[in-house]
Amino acid sequence: MELFHRTAHELAELLRRKELSAVELCDAVLGRIEAVEPRVRAYVTVMADVAREQAKAVDARRAAGEDLPPLAGIPLAVKDNMCTVDAPTTCSSKVLEHFVAPYDATVVARARQAGCVFTGKTNLDEFAMGSSTENSAFFTTCNPWDLERAPGGSSGGSAAATAAGEAIIALGSDTGGSIRQPASFCSLVGLKPTYGRVSRYGLVAFASSLDQIGPLTKDVRDTALLMNLLAGHDPMDSTSADRPVPDLTELLGRDIRGIRIGVPKEFFAEGTDPEVANAVHAAIRQLESLGAIVGEASTPTVSYGLPTYYIIAPSEASSNLARFDGVRYGHRTSKPVADNVELYEQSRAESFGPEVQRRIMIGTYALSAGYYDAYYLKAQKVRTLLKRDFDKVFEQFDIIAWPTSPCLPFRFGERGDPLSMYMADVCTIPVNMVGIPAVSLPCGFSSGGLPIGIQLGASYFEEPKLLQVAYAYEQSAGFHARRAPLGASCGGEA
Amino acid sequence: MRLSLDEVRHVARLGRLAMTDQQCEAMRDQLDSILAHFEALQELDTDDVEPTSHSLDMANVYRDDEPAPSFDRDRILANAPKRDDECFRVPLIMEED
Amino acid sequence: MALEAIIGLEVHAQLLTRSKMFCRCSTDPSAGPNTVVCPICTAMPGVLPVINRRAVELVVRTGLALNCSIASHSIFARKNYWYPDLPKNYQISQYELPLCRDGYLDIDVNGQKRRIRIRRVHLEEDTGKLYHTAGNESRIDFNRCGVPLMEIVSEPDMRSADEAREYLVALRQVLRYIGVCTGNMEEGSFRCEPNVNVRDTESGAKTGISELKNLNSFRAVHQSVDFEIARHTRLLQRGETVPRQTRRWHPSDESRGGYTDVMRSKEEAHDYRYFPEPDLVPMRIGDDWLSEIRAGMPELPQQKRERFVSQYALTPYDAGVLTQSLEFAQYFEAAVAACRAGQVAEAAKRVSKWLQGEMSRLLNETGQDIADVPARPEHVAELLELVEEGKLTGTIAKEVFEEMFRTGKPAPQIVSERGIEVVGDASELERIVDQVLADHAEVVAKVKSGKTQSKGFLVGQVMKATRGQAVPQIVNDIIDRRLGV
Ligand SMILES: [Mg+2]
Ligand SMILES: [Zn+2]
Repeated sequence: MELFHRTAHELAELLRRKELSAVELCDAVLGRIEAVEPRVRAYVTVMADVAREQAKAVDARRAAGEDLPPLAGIPLAVKDNMCTVDAPTTCSSKVLEHFVAPYDATVVARARQAGCVFTGKTNLDEFAMGSSTENSAFFTTCNPWDLERAPGGSSGGSAAATAAGEAIIALGSDTGGSIRQPASFCSLVGLKPTYGRVSRYGLVAFASSLDQIGPLTKDVRDTALLMNLLAGHDPMDSTSADRPVPDLTELLGRDIRGIRIGVPKEFFAEGTDPEVANAVHAAIRQLESLGAIVGEASTPTVSYGLPTYYIIAPSEASSNLARFDGVRYGHRTSKPVADNVELYEQSRAESFGPEVQRRIMIGTYALSAGYYDAYYLKAQKVRTLLKRDFDKVFEQFDIIAWPTSPCLPFRFGERGDPLSMYMADVCTIPVNMVGIPAVSLPCGFSSGGLPIGIQLGASYFEEPKLLQVAYAYEQSAGFHARRAPLGASCGGEA
Repeated sequence: MRLSLDEVRHVARLGRLAMTDQQCEAMRDQLDSILAHFEALQELDTDDVEPTSHSLDMANVYRDDEPAPSFDRDRILANAPKRDDECFRVPLIMEED
Repeated sequence: MALEAIIGLEVHAQLLTRSKMFCRCSTDPSAGPNTVVCPICTAMPGVLPVINRRAVELVVRTGLALNCSIASHSIFARKNYWYPDLPKNYQISQYELPLCRDGYLDIDVNGQKRRIRIRRVHLEEDTGKLYHTAGNESRIDFNRCGVPLMEIVSEPDMRSADEAREYLVALRQVLRYIGVCTGNMEEGSFRCEPNVNVRDTESGAKTGISELKNLNSFRAVHQSVDFEIARHTRLLQRGETVPRQTRRWHPSDESRGGYTDVMRSKEEAHDYRYFPEPDLVPMRIGDDWLSEIRAGMPELPQQKRERFVSQYALTPYDAGVLTQSLEFAQYFEAAVAACRAGQVAEAAKRVSKWLQGEMSRLLNETGQDIADVPARPEHVAELLELVEEGKLTGTIAKEVFEEMFRTGKPAPQIVSERGIEVVGDASELERIVDQVLADHAEVVAKVKSGKTQSKGFLVGQVMKATRGQAVPQIVNDIIDRRLGV
């Protein structure tokens, strides 16, 4: 298998044994980017020069006999809503097209410190608002498994880059499914950690109470390794959990006999693609065959998750995005304006795309005088009910299992109507609402060869058990070993 | 429920988004269908339910009152669309604005 | 009509922390434009706030001083509005669940005690500063942006401009005493916005509230409130309706007296869209923390006044003057403690007299703060003792005090440097007195014959002979003894 298609833990082993240099690996991935990027279009900015420098530095450190962190020298793609001092941070928005942050996001600083090699900043739905990456203000990213289809979103760029071999691992952010759904669409492993497990400092906020950064990788072990690097308390983020970080690779390979897996029936509602439902059911049976105890679970309020999310997230977003006014950074209208009100209105109208404007409108409305109680407050109360549902489920079960996406990767433009696009998030949203961790991992392919993902969830801070189960399934099912058929012949041979 | 155009205009102004009348109408249609979808929440009885604004049950996260060096001014001003050597610049603000 | 003014005050006080509210930039006000800023206080994309613990403690301390109940559970909220000096375009403030509520402050207005209720005290952050250029632009400096700010909202319990001013004076005094705010109105670290309207107590008719802005002195508060009461009264009496307005105070100048006018109010009514700040977690102030803060509370002005009256036998008036500022009161106590001779009450009386007299005069003249005066309390005590022992006359002592005030030199040093002869030697003084009596036999005769008013002439001659360095009372005593009157 080509270097760029291999996993981080395999490559890390080669690097450690000095059978491969970080520069060689970096060149392989940069070569692959050159070869397939015109078709995949995963990156807003490729950081080739930075990457080479970082790779050189890793090699030098290793040559000097330094004991390096596990992911040193591994090419990592960063979603373009995380701040980096050495490349623009655009959020795939015209607003920030030329913005270079004066600081690194905490996760970026950690990855830099650990010797990761930054391949570039990946495309997303503008300000992470969307489920297909079609809302990028710059261009659309294609699904490496079928270039006519969306890679999912909003971390579509990170998912496509990893699936196409344009990065070995990637960072995504997940507010309502933005890591898991693209992972599912691109046949990757994508983890949304427990809220507070990973620092949000330097992640351009979409919905502060929901946003969480996490890994997009080719297998569970890579997710565990990247999470080991990302997780932990950050004094710069008041919502970051101040509790110990267990080594997530530790439970990988332990058998899962006796682990209780609940299957919430509400998540297999009408509208779930039968091929998806079949694959997920088959995966659950496989888990059962591995010794897990499977039972039916119920989360009655889960059907209210979608409206709840589409009130809370836009409300927080309308406030979070108020700072984009064209005063300190970002787009500023060149039209003559009478005053600052006009300056703001024009600059924002010119530079926010339609989906972002729509969400600002929804959120502003939901918070405005006279509507707060009916919308925002109501949604926050429903959130409590959702949390109760999940708390109850986790009294009975260790893990829950259900589809990541109700549908297969869709064609571009197939979901033009905003509401139908919102529906695509129905299976992922409740997890963000209650803050638990959940992972999506490959569980098969449709008759047409499109990836299908299963979603596993666990209670707060139970990432070790979550990945233990995910790993057990992955190793026995083996879907993670397949690579996107995209031009396997072109580019980047090492 | 149907939003009036004036309501849409008011919300657009609150959110500082310039909109033509045509855009307002299109936005009204979209908001209408989205808000209709929200109506489902009213089915739930939440009278005695506490709101959750955070999934985490955390409290009292503070830092000490210790100043740290600030950022270089040029780095803070670097992305400004309009600036001088010391300050950001905007159209004149009337005192009574 | 029986009209009554209704006045409530909203005060914004900058808290005395070393670093800002949600980032670690310094609160140093002297820095050049945009030099104490960082990504957080300029609202760069992706940044997050972290609460300064000290700021919370200072607000709780204020709440305790103002007899408030302290919330065991309190949260921050976002107040959304657009303004170029507010980089996030929302202010992190408190809405529901403020840190302190339902307190009061007792004030003394023309000898009458009044209790002004405090509705709430909450914590928020300050905005940046706008400067106007010669051209058609404004410049923004974010140095002040994010400095911790405390908002203190009174109930509308004040009934006159005098009461409003007294409340403000007393409030500022408390904040200074407990070390939470410098209280400087001119520099804007203590800002006040009165809400004024007038009610007919018989019919219940009310005018719309005027919210007054641009007040940077006690005088401006007093005058503007007076102006608004008069304006509302006039309009109400004429039967006109007075709308709710935000009004700006224009102080008097040569062309006209002070007046208020309406600030351009935009059509868009304020809709702050408050919601709980999702980037911060709740504050829980448990008993332990509360008692810790309580233990750090200094004596409050009222307690100190009462103690001064009982401990030093001062009049309430004197106690009030001496405790006006914490530094002044501390100076007073240190000086009294340094007095060796006599009873505490007497020493206190002397020190009080000098501090209210010479010290206050010099402080006024020089605009200095007592804390910065080079003369230390023990020096003052030493000087007063010299006077008390009759070694210095009042006139000379004042001169010595003035030099001491400037230089901080102890009195004996000043005396010897200036070559002032301390007339302490009684026999020397008696010799001079005898000489004067001998030189003016005819006056002596008059005095002896009962014309005691002529004695002043003799005292004057002695004073002249000693170049004013003798103590008149002692001279008087010696003459009395010599003449047997
Ligand atoms: Mg305020
Ligand atoms: Zn700062």
